[in-house]
Amino acid sequence: MEFELDSGNTAWMIMASSLVLLMTPGLAFFYGGMVRGKSVLNMMMMSFSAIGVAGLIWVLYGYSLTFGTDIGGIIGNPADFFGLAISDSESLMASSGVPATVAAGFQGTFAIITVALISGAIADRAKFGTWIAFAAIWVTLVYSPMAHMVWGGGLLGGDGITAALSTPIDFAGGTVVHINAGAAGLALALVLGKRKGFGTEPIRPHNLPFVMLGAALLWFGWFGFNAGSEFAADGTAGRAWVNTLVATGVAMLAWLATEKFRDGHATSLGAASGVVAGLVAITPAAAAVDTWGSIGIGVVAGILCALAVGLKYRFGFDDSLDVVGVHLVGGLVGTVLIGLFATDNAESFGVWYPDGALNGLFYGGGVTQLLTQIIVALVAVAFSFVATYLIGLLLKVTMGWRVSQEDEVGGIDLAVHGETAYETISQGSVIKEVRA
Amino acid sequence: MKLVTGVIQPHRLDDVKSALEAAGVRGMTVSEASGYGRQKGHTEVYRGAEYTVDLVPKVRIEVLVADEDAPSIVDVVVGAAQTGKIGDGKVWTVPVDDVARVRTGEHGAAAL
Repeated sequence: MEFELDSGNTAWMIMASSLVLLMTPGLAFFYGGMVRGKSVLNMMMMSFSAIGVAGLIWVLYGYSLTFGTDIGGIIGNPADFFGLAISDSESLMASSGVPATVAAGFQGTFAIITVALISGAIADRAKFGTWIAFAAIWVTLVYSPMAHMVWGGGLLGGDGITAALSTPIDFAGGTVVHINAGAAGLALALVLGKRKGFGTEPIRPHNLPFVMLGAALLWFGWFGFNAGSEFAADGTAGRAWVNTLVATGVAMLAWLATEKFRDGHATSLGAASGVVAGLVAITPAAAAVDTWGSIGIGVVAGILCALAVGLKYRFGFDDSLDVVGVHLVGGLVGTVLIGLFATDNAESFGVWYPDGALNGLFYGGGVTQLLTQIIVALVAVAFSFVATYLIGLLLKVTMGWRVSQEDEVGGIDLAVHGETAYETISQGSVIKEVRA
Repeated sequence: MKLVTGVIQPHRLDDVKSALEAAGVRGMTVSEASGYGRQKGHTEVYRGAEYTVDLVPKVRIEVLVADEDAPSIVDVVVGAAQTGKIGDGKVWTVPVDDVARVRTGEHGAAAL
């Protein structure tokens, strides 16, 4: 196929890629503000390091594992585009005139943020080296197969396990990014075990303005994530943009209302979390639902996620920053509710879904799409949880996951990174020797 | 009356606190401190320069007790704070002339 460059679409996709990349430093602030002051640097470092590790793997073989020639419906051939050797006619976005490197870069930012999201489940206690190793292994053995199965023509795509029903809809990554990261977070929280004091003493955010700054950066970047997933600058991208505004705002209000009703206060942490819950839930549905669908998804996501973040105390797993409550539950809400709200009414709402998908239950399509969405969601949860649990166990017996209890209590920042975020007293240091 | 003061490793605080509560202590003051004893700090390298860090983070815990309870309370703190490694800290007692409870104005043993 002859490749014809579309500079408008290409300009938008380069911009969208940059927006999505900004989400990961944004996540560093979102997560960093939520931990205690003694471990904020480690928390932020887990996100920053994910950019390095996942970015490198992506250009070496991750892209090829995801979008290379299908092997058994599970994975792509890593040799196809090794080192991103790829011609524009093979571009994932060739039909919208976007060159191959731009397409690969855009997809790479998704791999990066997904790994970084998991770190919220293991705050304050993970060895940094083990985290780096985990990030590399996880992108290779969990993210790439999942993205391949959903978007690369594998088992969770149109010709996959639900082929007899309908084509699953995951516009921007409800299964690939959020269910994946959420289930992985649950697995790692179980492998690592609880922090000292979890469930017995209050472990509260040390800097809520950081959390809100992070949520703002995530929201801003998410417009690239969702509207960029159209791969073109057009009306469908505009629909994804509007839904990303509305569902998110509604989820924030729903979370705050739930909190106010249950606990008596509408908190800033609740607003920031509600924003992320809404963003997560609208992700798979971004362009596949109309205004009413996005409002519905926002309300349900805000309420359910607000209720779900308490589960870790009931069941005793230390998912420190609610990766499960927000990303797993939010991802499931969005993915499943597509089965109710999906519509391809492009005429009035600029809405779109892939060939082979059907309207949702509320739009006259019956229960088929709902069934498809549920099956895909459950398979994604099972694959991610089991694979991540095994990787986590392997690292536990080889490298070890936990820092010593002294270091955890004294602060992982000083113990692991040799720094503290907020120097409150001079420690009486004198420079003895400069190593030049 | 005696004031029992312990300067201990921060990660032992929880255990010391529960041991004191189990021993019947009903109030305490805890603050962050920094200092050194016989361990005399340690050397760190940061961004290519080597530093001697002599003041390391500690937790100070203070408890007011009746004279006859002081020796056993010291033992409780020592027992719960001990790891056997250098830098475990110290516990000491000093006599207290008087104690007043602000809310009621009570003095002496009644204010403990």
